[in-house]
Amino acid sequence: MQYHTATSYENAVELAEAAQGTIRFLAGGTDVLVQLRAEIVTPDVLIDIKQIPGAADIQCLADGSWQIGAAVSGAQLDEHGTLKANWPGVVEAMNLIGSTQVQGRATLTGNLCNGSPAADSVPAMLAANASVTIIGPDGQRQVPVKDIPSGPGKTTLKSGEVIASVNLPAQSASGADAYLRFIPRTEMDIAVVGCAVSLELDGPKIAKARVAIGAVAPTVRLVESAAEGLIGSTLDDAALAALASAVRDACDPINDKRGTIEYRTHVAGVLAQRAAKIAYQRARSKS
Amino acid sequence: MALDEPKTTDFKYVGTRPDRPDGFDKVTGRAKFGADMSAPGMLHAAILRSPHAHARILSIDTSEAEAMKGVKAVVTRADFSKNVPFESGLSGEFWNILENVMAGEKALYDGHAVAAVAATSALDARDALKLIKVDYEVLPHVTDVDAAMASGAPVLRKGAADSSVPEGLHPNVVRYHESGHGDVEAGFTAADLVIEDSFVTEATHQGYIEPHACLATLGSDGKGELWCTTQGHWHAQKVCAALLDLETSQLRVTASEIGGGFGGKTTVFIEPVALALARKANRSVKLVMNRSEVFRATGPTSSTSMDIKIGMTKDGKITAAKGVFCLQGGAFPGAPCDESAMCAFAPYNLENVLQVGYDVMSNRPKQAAYRAPGSPMAAFAVESVIDELCKKLNLDPIDIRLKNAAHTGSKSSFGPRFDAIGLVETLEAAKAHPHYSAPLKPGQGRGISCGFWFNHGGETAVSLALSEDGTAQISVGTPDIGGSRASMALMAAEELGIPYDHIRCTIADTATLGYNEISHGSRVTYASGLATIKAARDAVEKLCKRAAAKWGIPEEAVKWQDGFAVPSGPNAGDFDPIPLKDLTADMGATGGPIVGHFEASPEGAGVSFATHLVDAEVDPETGKTEILRYTVVQDAGKAIHPTYVEGQYQGGAAQGIGWALNEEYIYGDDGRLQNAGFLDYRIPLASDLPMIDTVIIEVPNPGHPYGVRGVGETSICPPLAAIANAVSAASGVRLRQLPMSPPRIVAALKNQSNG
Amino acid sequence: MSKIHVSTTVNGDEVEFLCDPRETLLDCLRDKLNLTGAKEGCGTGDCGACSVTLDDRLVCSCLVLGAEAEGKTVSTVEGMAEGESLHPLQQKFIEYAALQCGICTPGILVATKALLDKNPDPTESEVRYWLAGNLCRCTGYDKIIRAIMDTAADLREAS
Repeated sequence: MQYHTATSYENAVELAEAAQGTIRFLAGGTDVLVQLRAEIVTPDVLIDIKQIPGAADIQCLADGSWQIGAAVSGAQLDEHGTLKANWPGVVEAMNLIGSTQVQGRATLTGNLCNGSPAADSVPAMLAANASVTIIGPDGQRQVPVKDIPSGPGKTTLKSGEVIASVNLPAQSASGADAYLRFIPRTEMDIAVVGCAVSLELDGPKIAKARVAIGAVAPTVRLVESAAEGLIGSTLDDAALAALASAVRDACDPINDKRGTIEYRTHVAGVLAQRAAKIAYQRARSKS
Repeated sequence: MALDEPKTTDFKYVGTRPDRPDGFDKVTGRAKFGADMSAPGMLHAAILRSPHAHARILSIDTSEAEAMKGVKAVVTRADFSKNVPFESGLSGEFWNILENVMAGEKALYDGHAVAAVAATSALDARDALKLIKVDYEVLPHVTDVDAAMASGAPVLRKGAADSSVPEGLHPNVVRYHESGHGDVEAGFTAADLVIEDSFVTEATHQGYIEPHACLATLGSDGKGELWCTTQGHWHAQKVCAALLDLETSQLRVTASEIGGGFGGKTTVFIEPVALALARKANRSVKLVMNRSEVFRATGPTSSTSMDIKIGMTKDGKITAAKGVFCLQGGAFPGAPCDESAMCAFAPYNLENVLQVGYDVMSNRPKQAAYRAPGSPMAAFAVESVIDELCKKLNLDPIDIRLKNAAHTGSKSSFGPRFDAIGLVETLEAAKAHPHYSAPLKPGQGRGISCGFWFNHGGETAVSLALSEDGTAQISVGTPDIGGSRASMALMAAEELGIPYDHIRCTIADTATLGYNEISHGSRVTYASGLATIKAARDAVEKLCKRAAAKWGIPEEAVKWQDGFAVPSGPNAGDFDPIPLKDLTADMGATGGPIVGHFEASPEGAGVSFATHLVDAEVDPETGKTEILRYTVVQDAGKAIHPTYVEGQYQGGAAQGIGWALNEEYIYGDDGRLQNAGFLDYRIPLASDLPMIDTVIIEVPNPGHPYGVRGVGETSICPPLAAIANAVSAASGVRLRQLPMSPPRIVAALKNQSNG
Repeated sequence: MSKIHVSTTVNGDEVEFLCDPRETLLDCLRDKLNLTGAKEGCGTGDCGACSVTLDDRLVCSCLVLGAEAEGKTVSTVEGMAEGESLHPLQQKFIEYAALQCGICTPGILVATKALLDKNPDPTESEVRYWLAGNLCRCTGYDKIIRAIMDTAADLREAS
């Protein structure tokens, strides 16, 4: 295995294009190193992007939107008060991953690129309508997070492409998000089910909504039918029941060591209701 | 052995809580564990393991690996002894261990070792494994205990059953146990209520954080050195010598600091392999397992399938109890079916009891001891049924246990009459504890359970040498797995009458003392403690002799008092008492070094009982259980160092919580272990647990000079049932399968509402 | 396979080593620098026994490549005591018997020091969650948590 330290994203792309065999970009490394150690994936070339200027920066742009560098760790997100106030769901989703130690390294970008259907931060990014900036051999492009995962362990990123940043839109004055996951312990587990809800209110009524679920399908899913059911409601019991039902309908999970189809489908509905209540409460408390 | 009346009062050092002697090294990172030792010119080794649950090994081609740069030796089964005979049951244990350490004709489970490499770096050794070609013929496999006993199940190995097994059982059943007394059928007829239920528990792993590791040196002269993390280095010496055709005494084994064992380090896995590689390469070899290897190839406990039937009268008298315990022990004999059967009803004084056990082989790793092996699962089943009886008959669970409790002099469920025991005291203390009467909120429930473990004595040798400055060094042979060096020093301080910190206790290597049995069976504070006391008394006798010679009076006229030789009897007051350090200062001139020693196999280990209380809350929507409050009440006989006794109580309870709620071996249809890591083998985290309250009961064990009982194992016996009972009280559903994972609880709630 | 030359600072000392690109920082600390205080309990970031700080950020050294330590500052349990004086946490862990086998202790000490440096007044729950990635199989965590809460109180009083 060769190890390179990229000096810029363009340099990272050049290194990747020049490389033979399996290539991995190294940000936090909390997935790449585990796979390396277990000999699941031993890259021929590893390209470390953490030294790229700006890769570890969080920027709030003039329009209130956010640009989060590919090497920004979970701990950095947690320590950023304004970002956390704006997008608490995204930050808490990221912070749920692994231990304090893992938070010191793991990144939103890495979580997305790993392609796990159970990735905690991905439903939150989907609900937040996040996008990523991709730099590749053909230049730069902007892609919604929704379009990145394509199957378990798979993404739509093309050969030689690297994600430079995750971009979160400006949060509305009456908007808030929340993410919940179910795990058997209090920490350290992979999500059995994950659910993110992002809401924008008009008075007590929900004006806009996005609902995303994780670990219940081959990829993280945006559940538009669930969001539609929330719009116009005040998150009353009927809306909550419709939400759970829509989310359960959207589930297509598997039986595995972490949960059964029946259990995952059931809990997805439970979490959707609970996450929606938190997001609603947060948004209400802003007004 | 003749035993004096236990000393139970007026202790000066015993019962205090000094700092442990290994503390400084452990907080500074300088303590040397298994993987922390290196040797000049050392090689690194790695083991190739079977990906199949059951497969015939047709051929192994190691030529490419041997040709790889940096590779210095490759071994397979051909490099081990051909003189270890196959025998049935545990008579063939050396063969069983050899077959487990390195597969012979068949790979018997996912993770079974088939070859090993030593190379100049750990990466090279791992890379070389990929060059070894093994040709397997995959065979049908079985991993479930009930399936493995059923007719038509794949046979692991014919002839493994011992003589206890009745005719007509499947060849995978390798041991049968039956014990009890009275007439259970008549007892059930006399009952007002009989409950009969079946229970299942999954295999769990000891989960020590330190993987197995060793450093081996061995030459063609047959002389070797082995450094390893183990609970018993004399056992490792004996087994390694047998597996490699060495003379036992030519292999010196040193136990490293041990990073947790809980029974899982009572046998060998990698040590003979490292020695075989070292001999072949003529270089020192370090071999360290990774976590996945630990889960796939070492020590899980047995999985079980159990049927329990108990009858009770309306006023709470148990009229009869019957249990059938089927234990799956992996691909070899040895599952503790006898222990499950004998511990199951031990807390109860029963007129009619029958217990039956089956040891069943399957395509899983060879089970290893785990903290009171066999007892926790049996207690889970029995104490769940007792709880149901109490609920249905509207009786208080502590009162009912008190009413039926085994007590001093009562006939045990497994045969002998109990000597002094403290079960009743633990129940009374639990009942009086504020925990038992604390209010609960809706959705919360309280559970209680008793638990029992035999404890053990075993071969023990201790030596205690005095230094010229009046300090003492103790050499013990039982690896320190729970703070025992501190306990030994406290007991020696008590006998010698010198301060605790004037004593250093060392775990001696195999060349230094006679055979010491493994640190298991909660035997260390009991047996090594007894031996330390006796060795100190031996030294004191020698000290008194020196004083007698100085004074010119008979030896019998000198007694030892608080660190001084004192003239007694007719000579009382004739001379000034001589302190220990004055007797040791010139010992070279008065007869030579003063060393006390003691060697024996003490047999008065004294059984131990515990009662646990737990509060749990169940989220009915997700099935998740939170442990809110936990109290351990256990009889220690005498707590030598109460802090470490508490530590054993808390540790056992925490492991029990993991076992009850989340820990399990998960096998796929392909017979491969699916959760060979701490990510999906979920042991309790700091954030999962509350503080764990402890109450130490002291009913002295007549078999120990200070009344000590082992405490390490009993603490894991009650938690499974106590938590099941709390979950039942909180959620309204009875879980008869462990772990009580959230999907199982949600499914049970759903079944109940549908039914 | 060519090795990488790494210059880094460990516990205040400037050190250099050659490593294979696949070797982790934990491998390098233990096998090349003979700093065996950090332990490998899992190699997957699940147990925390290998905890160190990298540029003052708590990490699992098994999830950092040796090569990534270039130009950085690493602190391990071996650097906690000052001269012959133990760090208050080390002292309190001995006093409270907040360790049994001791294999998790170096990682827990390093992790806890990182917590108290950041938050001198944590609640019990905050301590428990901060340490969720530091597995201890012996103690049930009770005495560890008590030792930490007491050390934190002492340190607040002293400052």
